[in-house]
Amino acid sequence: MATFLQVAFDGLLNGLLYALVAAGLSLIWGVMDVINFAHGEFLMIAMYFSYWLGFIWKIDPIISSVAGGAFVFIVGALTYRLVIRRTIGKSAMSALLATFGLSMLIKNICLNRFSPNFRLLQDTLLGGKTFNLAGIIIPVPQLVIGLVALALLFVVYRLVKKTRLGWAIQATAMDKEAAELMGINTERIYLLVFGLGGACVGIAGGLLPSYLAVHPEVGALFSLIAFVCVAMGGFGSIPGALLASLLIGLVEAFAGFYIAPVFKYVAVFGLYLVVVMVRPRGLFGW
Amino acid sequence: MADPILEVQDIHCGYDGVPVIHGISLEVTPGELVAIVGANGAGKTTTMKTIAGLMHPFSGSIHFEGRDISRMKAHETIRLGVSYVPEGRRLFSKLTIQENLELGAFTKNDRREIGQSLEQVFELFPKLYDRRTQVAETMSGGEQQMVAIARGLMSSPRLLLLDELSLGLMPSLVEKVMEAVISINRTGVTVLLVEQMVQEALEIADRGYVIQTGKIVQQGTARELLDSPEVRKAYMGM
Repeated sequence: MATFLQVAFDGLLNGLLYALVAAGLSLIWGVMDVINFAHGEFLMIAMYFSYWLGFIWKIDPIISSVAGGAFVFIVGALTYRLVIRRTIGKSAMSALLATFGLSMLIKNICLNRFSPNFRLLQDTLLGGKTFNLAGIIIPVPQLVIGLVALALLFVVYRLVKKTRLGWAIQATAMDKEAAELMGINTERIYLLVFGLGGACVGIAGGLLPSYLAVHPEVGALFSLIAFVCVAMGGFGSIPGALLASLLIGLVEAFAGFYIAPVFKYVAVFGLYLVVVMVRPRGLFGW
Repeated sequence: MADPILEVQDIHCGYDGVPVIHGISLEVTPGELVAIVGANGAGKTTTMKTIAGLMHPFSGSIHFEGRDISRMKAHETIRLGVSYVPEGRRLFSKLTIQENLELGAFTKNDRREIGQSLEQVFELFPKLYDRRTQVAETMSGGEQQMVAIARGLMSSPRLLLLDELSLGLMPSLVEKVMEAVISINRTGVTVLLVEQMVQEALEIADRGYVIQTGKIVQQGTARELLDSPEVRKAYMGM
């Protein structure tokens, strides 16, 4: 029983991290109908950002994560300005290919500059710390990321649902032209949404180097899982993405532990297939 | 006559370089209720979109209160006092009535001012007050049209552009909506409306323009147009 709870808890913590990555993706998709293929690379950029801050100036990832969020907000906003804006109103394929190209570019720049080596920050405030709660061993870095993820998801959700700015974001998503007629500068909303989506992964990525090694390919798996979470939760729905992410975290942990570690992604993507077959619009889809 | 609040001079406009409007000029003076009437596809909505700033003319100019707004975007013209209630209502379907209305006042930052606007539109459409927490898409066509007009008023515009209010409404509701337009106009808001239902529109308007394949073919006081044999024959089946 203790083992079962342990595995479940690990799965849930991982799920929360996925949820934060997926939330950014979901927000961008929901408002702009753009699938950001470079989302995983945004995470990777934040991880390198935090790693180098820690390596050179001994800044702890806890602090770097805030800076990482701001940094990737800017990266996201620039991506919108320089790349995405040119694809708006054209076929959905063009945004997809543009962000795919961008992801290759970022990955290869990092490969070229930082080599394919795995890098892990030593001696961080949280790194390696655990505590025991009624027989379950809780890793502190993962717990902190999970709590941060939960808090951020709540903030983003409140922002979208309960504030005037959030209504403006929703209005832009529902009917861009009508939103313009209300005096909403939809260009600026798009910029903001892309930045916010980036900031979500930026904060997650900033915290990660305290327990996960950075390398140029690290974003790929995260973005794949985030896509699955978003599609399974229902495109554009943040609660849906959260639920799907937790589910995926659990399935991944259980399959990895009780069947075989190599089997965990088979289970994850198998679950995804079943969900989209039964409910093509996802768990919370419109 | 007073200076026009809106002056459209010889605009040519269209989609993807294909012209739809071939030189339209019109004028609206403060306080007036002016109707643009004509058949489906004549270019009425294109004219309205161009005035509001959703499209820009290839040539010609649009002045609002003496200011050239031909190149301004829609989110800028509303800040000057031009509010456009688009064809087909275009409510934010998943949001509540109240949220829709508050978005109509997006250009205002003062909570008290927004509250006042809300009070005014609830006074005009008391039914909306009871329904304010209801999601827009669950309302009937007539109610949605009321919300669309109310939303257009929330920014306290000086010029209200109303596009095909009658679309998809049954005749008794059309009459109600037209009455609402008259009372809005009486509060001092200048109204320019576009209608396929020529008779209904001209009955409430001060003046009118008849538009056909992107050109104005006739203009005058509403009375003159209602009495004109051409208009009666072409649009009223008489």
